[in-house]
Amino acid sequence: MLNLIVHNQLYLGLAQAVVAASMAMAVVMLARWREIHLEGEAIIAMIRGLVQIVAVGSLLLLLLHGPRWTSVFLLAGMIVAAGATSGRRAKDMPGAFRVSTWAIACGAGSVITLMTWLGVIDNALTSLVPVGSMLIANAMNTNGLALNRFRSDILAHAGEVETALALGADARHSVAPYAQASFEASLIPALDSLRSLGIVWIPGLMAGMLLSGARPVYAAIYQFVVLAMIFAASGLTSLVSTLLIRGRIFSSAQQLLLQPGRSPV
Amino acid sequence: MTTRPISDSIILRSEHLGRVVGDRILVEDVNFDVRVGEVMAVVGPSGSGKSSLLRLLNRLDEPTSGTVFVQGTDYRQIPPRELRRKLGLVTQRPFLFPGTVVENLRFGPEQRGETLSQDSLEDLLARVGLKGYAARNVANLSGGEAQRVSVSRTLANHPLVLLLDEPTSALDETSKSGVESLLQEIIDDQGITCVLVTHDTAQAARLAQRALVLESGRVKRAGSAREVLHA
Repeated sequence: MLNLIVHNQLYLGLAQAVVAASMAMAVVMLARWREIHLEGEAIIAMIRGLVQIVAVGSLLLLLLHGPRWTSVFLLAGMIVAAGATSGRRAKDMPGAFRVSTWAIACGAGSVITLMTWLGVIDNALTSLVPVGSMLIANAMNTNGLALNRFRSDILAHAGEVETALALGADARHSVAPYAQASFEASLIPALDSLRSLGIVWIPGLMAGMLLSGARPVYAAIYQFVVLAMIFAASGLTSLVSTLLIRGRIFSSAQQLLLQPGRSPV
Repeated sequence: MTTRPISDSIILRSEHLGRVVGDRILVEDVNFDVRVGEVMAVVGPSGSGKSSLLRLLNRLDEPTSGTVFVQGTDYRQIPPRELRRKLGLVTQRPFLFPGTVVENLRFGPEQRGETLSQDSLEDLLARVGLKGYAARNVANLSGGEAQRVSVSRTLANHPLVLLLDEPTSALDETSKSGVESLLQEIIDDQGITCVLVTHDTAQAARLAQRALVLESGRVKRAGSAREVLHA
């Protein structure tokens, strides 16, 4: 309907953004009716997301004609930003930003590097940056889920953790079941995406490839390739993240710093 | 009150022990000695710092002042895992690990790479009145039984001192008297040194030779249980 009223592509995009944001706000208001207050966070997230994607889109337009090495800086910047975003999900955990950034760098960074070297990801800037950003974004979400779950589990089971410590367990061993549960839980979205590929959803990348003239079978196979890479990057990120964070919630004397109602010292 | 011979050698000494978090004083300038085989009760109202003191003794929290000596050694010189094995803590809630009773009993020794023999396991269970419970899932235990497993699990580590944090306060009257009798038996039979935190002065009088009364983190009275608890 909108495309019948608005013919200019830029204005059409803005009109579509307004409609989609209104829909999101309607859901936020519905949540408010149930006394769940997401207004502030949702509005800021939407404005921020729109500004960021327009800015990055414009930057990409400029960079498309730049040298290939610029993609390294772009992806490194994305990793740091992803570390900051998912680190905020576990803000009262000591060193969450550093852990998140390292984990995403190890997880997404190593998969991007290896896959580019093997030729699975084309090293052209127009291919490397969008595919790389998909891996980083998914690694960020997985990392956020893992840290969040780990934090809640430790807070809920501080008694069990300290009992294990009191019985002479090593600090890392005392939280091992919770680190494992966090790792498993954080990979559920990536696993479900792989499982439901083509049945529940046909991702945008495949649609984009079809629109740009790729053969449908190749586009489909490449979609699987991307999701498998996302799973690998997310899994590695979560693994590194849960390994690193479990050492950070203890003092050097193996005392649990993350306690209910107590800010870490 | 138990009347047992007590050695003169000091096994646990608290020197000016304190912990302040922000502007909250949890424990301040607490001094005491515990001799081998002695049971010392720490009593006081809720929020007086009893459990905080026990956490400091087990070094689950770090003192902000003072220290603790275990057999004459500053406990900061002892690796935390070894220290915690020596000062076995029994918490108010048992916090049993998912699985069977026997898996819980094996937990402590396994941390040192040791395996409890079948005889030791049976002996431990018999000592807490849970003979035949080895294969039971801990999810199916009553509160009193769970606390007995918790005591037994700590004893499996052969601690030098047993730190008991309100071990009966989360139990009903029947279980409470059962667990208290069990503790009395362990104290009498094994002569184990104990620091018992309780808000129940009658229980403290029944089990301890010496007592310490805490108020707002500070020692208000200290001495023999008879003098202190009836003052």
